Amino acid sequence: MPKVEIDGRQIEVPNGATVMDAANALGIAIPHFCYHKKLSIAANCRMCLVQVEKAPKPLPACATPVTDGMKVFTESEYARTAQKGVMEFLLINHPLDCPICDQGGECQLQDLAVGYGKGASRYAEEKRVVFHKNVGPLISMEEMTRCIHCTRCVRFGQEIAGVMELGMMGRGEHAEIVSFVGRSVDSELSGNMIDLCPVGALTSKPFRYSARTWELARRKSVSPHDSLGSNLVVQVMANKVMRVLPLENEELNECWLSDRDRFAYEGLNSTERLTQPMLKIDGRWQEVDWQQALAAVAKGLKNVQAQHGPQALGALAAPHSTLEELYLLGKLVRGIGSQNVDFRLRQSDFSADRKQTGAPWLGMKIADIGGLDRVLVVGSFLRKDHPLVANRLRQATKRGQQVNLIHATDDDLLMNLAHKAIVPPQQLPEALAQVVKAVAEAKQQPVPAALAGVKVGADAKNIAASLASGGNTGVFLGNLAEQHPQAVLLRLLAQELAGLLGAKFGFFGAAANSVGGYLAQAVPGAGGLNAAAMLAEPRKAYLLLNAEPELDCHDPRAAIKAMQATEFVISLSAYKGYALEYASVMLPIAPFTETSGSFVNAEGRMQSFNGVVKPLGEARPAWKVLRVLGNLLGIKGFDYDSSEQVRDEIVKPDQVAAKLDNRLNGLALELPAASGGLQRIADVPIYFSDAIVRRAPSLQQTQDGALPRAWMNAALLARLGLKDGQAVTVRQGEGEAAVNAACDDRLPRDGVRLAAAHSSTRNLGPMSGEISVEPR
Amino acid sequence: MLDYGPDAILMTGLDGSNWHLKDYEARGGYGALKKILNEKITPEAVVAEVKKSGLRGRGGAGFPAGLKWSFMPKQYTGAKYLVCNSDEGEPGTFKDRDILRYNPHMLIEGMLIGAYAMGIGTGYNYIHGEIWAEYELFEQALAEARAAGYLGKNILGTEFAFELHAVHGYGAYICGEETGLLESIEGKKGQPRFKPPFPASFGLYGKPTTINNTETFAAVPWIINNGGDAFLALGKPNNGGTKLFSVSGHVNRPGNYEVRLGTPFAKLLEMAGGMRGGRKIKAVIPGGSSAPVLPGHIIMQTDLDYDSIAKAGSMLGSGAVIVMDETTCMVRALERLSYFYFEESCGQCTPCREGTGWMYRMVHRIEHGKGRQEDLDLLTNVADNIAGRTICALGDAAALPVKSFINHFRDEFQYHIDHKRCMVSVPGGYFSAESAAVERAA
Repeated sequence: MPKVEIDGRQIEVPNGATVMDAANALGIAIPHFCYHKKLSIAANCRMCLVQVEKAPKPLPACATPVTDGMKVFTESEYARTAQKGVMEFLLINHPLDCPICDQGGECQLQDLAVGYGKGASRYAEEKRVVFHKNVGPLISMEEMTRCIHCTRCVRFGQEIAGVMELGMMGRGEHAEIVSFVGRSVDSELSGNMIDLCPVGALTSKPFRYSARTWELARRKSVSPHDSLGSNLVVQVMANKVMRVLPLENEELNECWLSDRDRFAYEGLNSTERLTQPMLKIDGRWQEVDWQQALAAVAKGLKNVQAQHGPQALGALAAPHSTLEELYLLGKLVRGIGSQNVDFRLRQSDFSADRKQTGAPWLGMKIADIGGLDRVLVVGSFLRKDHPLVANRLRQATKRGQQVNLIHATDDDLLMNLAHKAIVPPQQLPEALAQVVKAVAEAKQQPVPAALAGVKVGADAKNIAASLASGGNTGVFLGNLAEQHPQAVLLRLLAQELAGLLGAKFGFFGAAANSVGGYLAQAVPGAGGLNAAAMLAEPRKAYLLLNAEPELDCHDPRAAIKAMQATEFVISLSAYKGYALEYASVMLPIAPFTETSGSFVNAEGRMQSFNGVVKPLGEARPAWKVLRVLGNLLGIKGFDYDSSEQVRDEIVKPDQVAAKLDNRLNGLALELPAASGGLQRIADVPIYFSDAIVRRAPSLQQTQDGALPRAWMNAALLARLGLKDGQAVTVRQGEGEAAVNAACDDRLPRDGVRLAAAHSSTRNLGPMSGEISVEPR
Repeated sequence: MLDYGPDAILMTGLDGSNWHLKDYEARGGYGALKKILNEKITPEAVVAEVKKSGLRGRGGAGFPAGLKWSFMPKQYTGAKYLVCNSDEGEPGTFKDRDILRYNPHMLIEGMLIGAYAMGIGTGYNYIHGEIWAEYELFEQALAEARAAGYLGKNILGTEFAFELHAVHGYGAYICGEETGLLESIEGKKGQPRFKPPFPASFGLYGKPTTINNTETFAAVPWIINNGGDAFLALGKPNNGGTKLFSVSGHVNRPGNYEVRLGTPFAKLLEMAGGMRGGRKIKAVIPGGSSAPVLPGHIIMQTDLDYDSIAKAGSMLGSGAVIVMDETTCMVRALERLSYFYFEESCGQCTPCREGTGWMYRMVHRIEHGKGRQEDLDLLTNVADNIAGRTICALGDAAALPVKSFINHFRDEFQYHIDHKRCMVSVPGGYFSAESAAVERAA
């Protein structure tokens, strides 16, 4: 452990540590631009030049390894001269347009120029001009003359996002940051480049020119989208969310945010927001006050209860709702006398209900994923469903972690997979069973009787060999596995496999409260109907919480039919949406930025947050709305003063861990034969995943926001007599959808990939099962 | 016969067409390799011999070749690479081209010996982008060597194996910088890497790599044949052997001359036929455009070896001697040099990317009668802010000419600023105001 002295202060640092590392440990700030703790060292900005005793020239602190006895001076005349010289160079071609630059006020160049720049420029020559570029709807590259060529964005692409979408082209003064011949930047992590850019070259397009940064208040929050629970800094002005930035949390989102977490805030300000309680009177929507609306709800519910019994009521909640909302919904439904409540809208196999010993969860800490040496991911659109978990795995693979995949699509995960088995969705259990069997054989353990007939293929053998060679393994089920019609079978197989390997095993979890919903008991109790059953056997009344059944449910067609057939639908939502067509009452509730609440993420971490702005219009936090409803219905135990009180009634943060368990009891492993025919592979595209993001215009303009297409491999296209791009009719059961066919030769045979959660496919049936495609 | 001077030991017996393997063998070629393999001379002994010879890197930096070879990790079991830097882009330098053109097998043999000494199995010769014919010729030479069993597996029936490939560059000066060159071979944009780590530990494809100049490798067979001591004795202590000097500019017979290190400059000038038109010598850049310029009266008293030229205030560099007579406008000469570095900066690091353009624009203004009184001090200060602050040596290379030109010829620059025209007014003189005007008009 070498010792170093910086500015007269001594510190011992690990071998290989740089002067910058040592200075950071000492709390000494060395000016820099290109250096970033999460990126490789470029040493190209030269701003961190420091004086090192006995060195013939100033050395860059970021790239100079500490040697024992080294003496460093960061503020000596010599160091300052070098730093100021570099600052002058950085500024000579910079436009100095801070007054009209979005980065103004949060600009590293601006800040450091105050300390290291001159009052006036000595540069009297013509300045360089760099042309603007259009790289898509999220990143603005309008003023590239501001670029100081630190290449942080380039390195981010190469090293973190896993795809080099920006590069530095040209030489010398002509060097400029460009995308590959006019392409857009499509990474689902692209927005981080805006944060990384130390100047105003890459700025946020949606935020552009909408506020000065110093006008914004910064408030903490938690992302409501995926199951990571990214920590956010929500910036607000005049009671409006203007922008979202990452709040660093090394254990969850590190210093990053996925574009969904970052740009979905646009949906909060959507014109589709429901801002006034609305009541359908004589077939026409009318804005009413809360009292009137709640009275109508109470009356309607009482009527249904009186006429059809409490079992005629069903409650469906989106898993993006807060813990408190989910809990109060369940409590309300149970207070009325029904057990029909569920938040697992996209799930289709409920045979594990009441056989679980706890809430299904990730099975380990998110922060420990990178420390696994072998990983098996089953049924996951990993990059799009869990962008930052994918990043953890991507970084870990570079350190030797072997990631294996069993899935129905072969999208580029931008990491080196050890082995993969790409099979049609109905064969996922079979593929996983093969791995279980191969591992059992490799470990000389008894093969489960149900798997006796399984033939182990080459892919399974490879995956098994990879897994069996590790010492610290994780087996994870993704969204496709969770939504699979044989989800429980997959879970049992994964449990078996984890047992054989001594591995961690769990679910990535689809939404912010995929774990929380269980803790909140927003699941049917004994005798209750689950989400699918509530739709298959339509109820007389539905209570919808943040849910858009036609987009959020496993079988949107069944959901629409049920809603339309029902006399009384109460929609508690921040948006109007399709509820306009079938609801009787629409109650405007507050999205996560306008209410307090909690999310329990995949690893079981409870994160509570406060509202960052006041509810829009007459919208109110749903927990308050449910509280009043409970009181109006005369149900006991609805006297809460705060959401914290609700939360504490559910579970204390430190009690969550005890309630997490992936094990299933009393279910036997059985492997039925897989069905044949064309099978639908339904992903939930990243920007269609929930009500807020669906209404974020900029995200909708990205490649990931493109219209769903019927993807199939070339052989299938040919067999069906179709061409890439041809207009087709897709039929599933009684439903049909008009889309275009598209070719993805990496898809398994007889699999048609067609996205769910989109209005263009909402008339189709379940997210799985047989499908037909014909020319239109 | 090509005449490189009476002291030539490397470039001797050449007529321009006798570059083939059979010719080289007739001159005793591949004898050094055979000697090593036949006499089973150990790699350590080869390195020791090269160390003893005082052979210093001929590419410009003058780093002792034997010492560099000894940096390669001996116990390393993975792939190691040997790279020859034939990316001869330094303005004024054209010696490696002659080696490639007229004596390519000497280079191949030198690299073979280097590979043997360092236990390397694969080599690359990165050839300057602008010399396609030489690249093609070198490929032919490689084919000859492969066919004759000098390259490939079981060389000369031994266990020794070495494969050598030619790589053609794309014309970027910066790819002559050794780590920029490595990036270019890897198929990336030619940009220097930050050092450390040095190529000996993290080189081509991240493997230990040794990079030497063409002429450095070419000298190795002679050293093995005749002994390190003999090579050292040709020159001066710490400056062993002969060196090729590319003489250009206002001399009667520009060209390559091979002389012993330590030879007086005046002697080299004489070999080059003296000053053209009998004019007076004004200045010489003794080591390629990156080396500081020396006034005529200083260089005329200086010997041509690494240490003597360093003492005189410049660098031997690559041995490109650019001679300028009294009709040369030093402002215009510097403008041209500054433009080169401005154009060739890779743009990676700040001082060079921004500073080279600034310097060029200032010199350009002064040359074109738009100089300001404060320009000269500013120029010097900008050069100071570049030198020693960049990732690679291009920053220094751009700054040193500016500083030395202003240092030695400040009066000429001042005259340009004061009078908005050139003080050198010999009609027809090179780089004179008249020729500049003609060029501008064209």
